[in-house]
Amino acid sequence: MGRFRGLAALALIIALLPLALPNNYYYDVAIRIGMNAIIVVGLNLLIGYAGQISLGHAGFVGLGAYASAVLSSRFGWPPLAAMLFGMAAVGVIAFVVARPILRLRGHYLAMATLGLGIIIYMVLVNESAWTGGNDGMSVRPFSLLGLTLASERAWYWVTGAVLLGAILLANNIVDSPVGRALRAVHGSEVAAQVAGIDTTRYKVRVFVLSAVFASAVGSMMAHYLGFVSPQVSSFFHSIELVTMVVVGGMASTYGAVLGAAILTTLPQLLATFEGYEMITFGLILMLTVIFLPRGLLPTIAARLRKAG
Amino acid sequence: MSKFMLRMTGIALAAFALSPGAHAQAPIKIGSPLAVTGGASFLGDPELKTLQLYIEKINGEGGVLGRKLELVSYDDGGAPDKAIGFTKRLIEEDKVDIIVGGSTTGATMAMVPLVEKAGIPFISLAGAVVIIEPVKKWVFKTPHTDRMAAEKVFEDMKKRGLTKIGLLSENSGFGQSGKKEALAVAGKYGIQIVAEEMYGPKDADVTTQLTKIKNTAGVQAIFVFGFGSGPAVVTKNIGQLGITLPHYESHGVASEEYIKLSGKAAEGVRLPAAALLVAEVLPNSDPQKPVVMGYSKTYKDRYKQDVSTFGGHAYDGLMIAVAAFKRAGSTDPAKVRDAIEQTRGFIGTGGVVNMSATDHMGLDLSAFRMLEIRNGTWTLAK
Repeated sequence: MGRFRGLAALALIIALLPLALPNNYYYDVAIRIGMNAIIVVGLNLLIGYAGQISLGHAGFVGLGAYASAVLSSRFGWPPLAAMLFGMAAVGVIAFVVARPILRLRGHYLAMATLGLGIIIYMVLVNESAWTGGNDGMSVRPFSLLGLTLASERAWYWVTGAVLLGAILLANNIVDSPVGRALRAVHGSEVAAQVAGIDTTRYKVRVFVLSAVFASAVGSMMAHYLGFVSPQVSSFFHSIELVTMVVVGGMASTYGAVLGAAILTTLPQLLATFEGYEMITFGLILMLTVIFLPRGLLPTIAARLRKAG
Repeated sequence: MSKFMLRMTGIALAAFALSPGAHAQAPIKIGSPLAVTGGASFLGDPELKTLQLYIEKINGEGGVLGRKLELVSYDDGGAPDKAIGFTKRLIEEDKVDIIVGGSTTGATMAMVPLVEKAGIPFISLAGAVVIIEPVKKWVFKTPHTDRMAAEKVFEDMKKRGLTKIGLLSENSGFGQSGKKEALAVAGKYGIQIVAEEMYGPKDADVTTQLTKIKNTAGVQAIFVFGFGSGPAVVTKNIGQLGITLPHYESHGVASEEYIKLSGKAAEGVRLPAAALLVAEVLPNSDPQKPVVMGYSKTYKDRYKQDVSTFGGHAYDGLMIAVAAFKRAGSTDPAKVRDAIEQTRGFIGTGGVVNMSATDHMGLDLSAFRMLEIRNGTWTLAK
């Protein structure tokens, strides 16, 4: 039913948006929105559907970014191979740490994922021989079969296409038995176990999937920006991502996209007011949790349904 | 109908306001992505304050080429990916005439490909040598490099006949970059690094590393490369261990805070520093004296804060840019770039700047003064 309507609407927006974008700066913002949205769609599966928090997802973005940066720029790997290797490696790492971490709940899970993100950040800073340390390193542009992806316009279409693919994948998972199992875990883990669901297995799977989404975007960002620094895996970036999920709407894929759009645009509007960015982020997160606990899009949708 | 007419009049007026006649007096735009918040705010904060203060001052005196200056600054929090976004915005949306900014080496290096592609002159306020080596057509910088600090120290050691030294570096971006440069240039001055240790910026005790250096055969001096409060801990430990070897620090400790935190143990410590920090003790014959005294007074009067070398770098960058606009007689990017490259004998807070096609910083070792701490205050080392 509405499954493809949302996707078609988003595809239309992506197709028509360039008509309203006057210059490369606006393309840049749109690309950043798209990339953040891909991460957030994945993270939303974990936070919104399975009800598991992760305060370390920027760490996976960082691993993906550096896998692409180091392998393609220092070892001359083809960018696509570096990107796929990064995604696979992050998948394995996420799988290995997921079991012990996801046995924890609530604050303990938050603490463990937070720690994971910080460890990745520290490694990226300290292994300066490979990563360039705090100052970061430059990355060569993405190229495939002799074609180089360099202009903002090209990246816009690639990001848009990947975003639509990610949403299609996420929607399929949500509507599958796996998705139902995840929501059961969110509702009550004990009840889900009683119903015969191997809750840990599902939680691990969705954790790995969301980490791989993050890694893929990390690789894209590295090539798009042409530069990586450990800041991509900073704690603040993790918080930004979680805020996007919460503000847009938990367990709402399009809500996640909306959250990414709002919170990527906001810093651009606040760029001239130094120091207020963090405060604004905190305030938005707080107000959303207090007044719109379900997030922006689900609340609006519910209102509309009631009114109509 | 009347509403329609009103709207048309509005559009006509707007078009008139944007017509070329009005455009000729448009301000000269200076773009500045700076790390005003976050871990590197000690750089970005004084830089922004300095730019605001002096742009206001220059406008009060009639501006440049008969046009006002306009500062467009964005806070990148020291994050290169944000600096990239803001640089695109400055170039594409704000259409700035020059960029003076980039507080950290990371942000600057991330911005370099964008300004090179767009062909906009860029004066960076960050430290590392990689920014200007190899030379990039549109990129300049004002701060001294850590290589210069190491060279200045080694030059002084050579003069005193010290050849075997222990290097203690901080495990931070600043300390590690300094260590790399120190190791690279030591040979040039006949200095042999016989012991090499590291400490963390938040360590409360460094006696283990110091004892190792002290017990190394033949060691004649200690060189500490660190920033902020870490070197003060090292200095205190040196005092507690009773180590009497000549003790050198980097330009990273050139602040009153260091003397306060280290107390008596700081006596006799030598370090390279920009003239700005010792404005008062400079001899009157020093060509930099009026510049650094002037900047220091103006800044202190306005913000009731001590000056830092970082704000000074922004002052130098702005003044070099303004002089280049005047010499070029226009804001044409290519002409302004050439004019910056032709900067000769410019006296700034960082030193005397002589740029060339092969040197986009233009400072030599004379930009650093060798200081010695005597009776709890800075003196020029003899």
